Amino acid sequence: MKHTLTVLVENKPGVLTRIAGLFARRGYNIESLAVGRTENPAFSRMTIVVEGDDRVIEQVTKQLYKLIEVIKLTDITNDEYVGREMILIKVNADPAIRGEIMQIVEIFRARIVDIGRNSLIIEATGDEGKIDAIESALRPFGIKEVVRTGKIAMARGAKSRNGRETL
Amino acid sequence: MRLTGAQALIKFLEDEGVKYVFGYPGGAVLAIYDALLESTKITHVLVRQEQAAVHAASGYARVTGRPGVCIATSGPGATNLVTGLATAYMDSIPVVAITGQVSTDMVGTDAFQEVDITGITMPITKHNYLVKDVKKLPAVIKEAFHIASTGRPGPVLIDLPKNISGAVFDYKPVGNVDLQGYKPTYKGHPTQIKNLTVLLEEAERPIICAGGGVISSNAWDVLRELAETLSIPVTTTLMGLGAFPEDHPLSLGMLGLHGTPYANYAVQNCDLLVGIGMRFDDRVTSAVQKFAPRAKVVHIDIDPAEIGKNVGVDLPIVGDVKNVLSELLKRVSPKRHDGWLEQIKEWKELYPLEYGEYNKRLRPQYILEKLGELTRGQAIITTDVGQHQMWTAQYYKFTKPRSFISSGGLGTMGYGLPAAVGAQLAAPDSLVVTVTGDGSFQMNMAELGTATEQKLPLKIILLNNSHLCLVKQLQYFNSGQRYSGVCFTGNPDFVKLATSYSGAVGLRIEKPEDVEPVLKEALSNGKLTLIDCRISDEELVYPVVPNNGALDEMIHFPEGEKKANE
Repeated sequence: MKHTLTVLVENKPGVLTRIAGLFARRGYNIESLAVGRTENPAFSRMTIVVEGDDRVIEQVTKQLYKLIEVIKLTDITNDEYVGREMILIKVNADPAIRGEIMQIVEIFRARIVDIGRNSLIIEATGDEGKIDAIESALRPFGIKEVVRTGKIAMARGAKSRNGRETL
Repeated sequence: MRLTGAQALIKFLEDEGVKYVFGYPGGAVLAIYDALLESTKITHVLVRQEQAAVHAASGYARVTGRPGVCIATSGPGATNLVTGLATAYMDSIPVVAITGQVSTDMVGTDAFQEVDITGITMPITKHNYLVKDVKKLPAVIKEAFHIASTGRPGPVLIDLPKNISGAVFDYKPVGNVDLQGYKPTYKGHPTQIKNLTVLLEEAERPIICAGGGVISSNAWDVLRELAETLSIPVTTTLMGLGAFPEDHPLSLGMLGLHGTPYANYAVQNCDLLVGIGMRFDDRVTSAVQKFAPRAKVVHIDIDPAEIGKNVGVDLPIVGDVKNVLSELLKRVSPKRHDGWLEQIKEWKELYPLEYGEYNKRLRPQYILEKLGELTRGQAIITTDVGQHQMWTAQYYKFTKPRSFISSGGLGTMGYGLPAAVGAQLAAPDSLVVTVTGDGSFQMNMAELGTATEQKLPLKIILLNNSHLCLVKQLQYFNSGQRYSGVCFTGNPDFVKLATSYSGAVGLRIEKPEDVEPVLKEALSNGKLTLIDCRISDEELVYPVVPNNGALDEMIHFPEGEKKANE
């Protein structure tokens, strides 16, 4: 089963290497990993999607906690949360079929962000299902390139996932 | 106070009470070595290869319980530390390693003797640092000692570029360390401890399995009191040797792959197994799905990640072993397990550790048994890795904590002699004996030079069969006796080798009747002494649990030989 972990870490050089290295050497599979700094530049937050049974996830969690720079870690898989991913898709688009593509873009509430002579770049955000859906809807036109950010996630409600009340 | 980074480092080490640093100089640590010259409190021990520096620091740490400190230069100096750091990491030994690095403006340019040692050692240190700003150095060193020595101990590395160790700054000692992401749990959860008292009350056939954590948390006295109060037999892991006196009636000796038959039978038949400061390593459990099949398993450890990692646990308690056991002791009342202890006594009588004849040819087990008798189990024993290590674990009979100094988790050959250097400096009045084999000894035998320089009266018992017999034994059982790459035909005369060092003594044991007089001579001469013991390469370590076997499926010392000796 896929688990979504949100991890608050110190914003220091080498932290990403420590975490990626830990996953690699203990044989855990990272489905996706997104990282950026938080409202406090001393900290970064990572959203890690990891595949594994409960035992694996328990080990992943405990091993991550052993890293000195990991401050707080929450498995929000079973909580109410907002999960988003962004995709950029470069798709073949002869002028003749652009209208059709634009309809699809409309349906998914995506945006066209660049127009080339025979191609478009489309930007979409949403949960994984929506992103997969737009990708497959555009596939028949010929996808030239895809870039995805990996999931970022935040628990719903007032509760904060920071290690302290205010960082 | 205006100091260079290097001077600040040495000042900090002095304030921390560090008496010895083990190291090897080089271009990237010139400033540190220069600052060392000014120190009257710290003695630098010059080794022959950096690996020995970290092993010596770890030997020192195992004897004292305080962090051992080593220094190496950048590049090859730093990479030579790798094996020693991994050794310390696997056995949870507090070590602080300081490496030189090329100047910060050269980092990343593949400069001369540049290596990314923080990258290399990430998986084998508890934490590591690359210091890029000299002002942060005092906090980094303070944190390094704090992290190395608290919680589950382990090695920490500080990589110090040479322009940082050379930079002058305003040194101020730092206050207490507060790391938001590092808060080890010391107190066991009261409810869990209470639940354990219930399990202990209900158990009819309980055993305790004590590991290295009992030693690192200084909990051996509490453990003994608990075992005696509740009449629970105690087995130890290799790292736990010395945590419970082996001359105690409740002692089962070591369990596992080469454990005592009665320890292994007790594990497989107990109804409650309390693992304390140990990690259910594969050498302990053998086939993990068949391990302790009738038992509820309790696991007490300071590292939550160890709990449930290898073995399913019915009751986990995260906390410092001494803290948890002391709390537990307050809540239990005396209990007896007469039937269970009777059963164990019967196993001890039926299946003792045995090796057959001792007086017809020279037997390694006999040498170690005699060593145990002559030192009354009071010496500090360091070992290398091989058959000799297992025989030492089986036959020496450890009665004191911090007296068995050996590489358990990583199984590092070459550990014994440099670790003995650290151990002897840590305990100058103790008798320090290295038990080694000809394979392991040759990996770091250059350290005879360090021992000579430091005037250390180490005793080296070299069980010499010109073979790598633990590997040979694996090939005997698993490769159809096809022996590959296990024979040395070019060994030196070790007696001559030893005596080529000024003041050192070389002795030889060839016959059983040599054992006692030669050992006595060596133990009392006050000099660095090597004893070359010429043993057979046909010896096997028994008992041995076959691959993927359960602990009670162990192969005993062959009955035929036993009968033949009668």
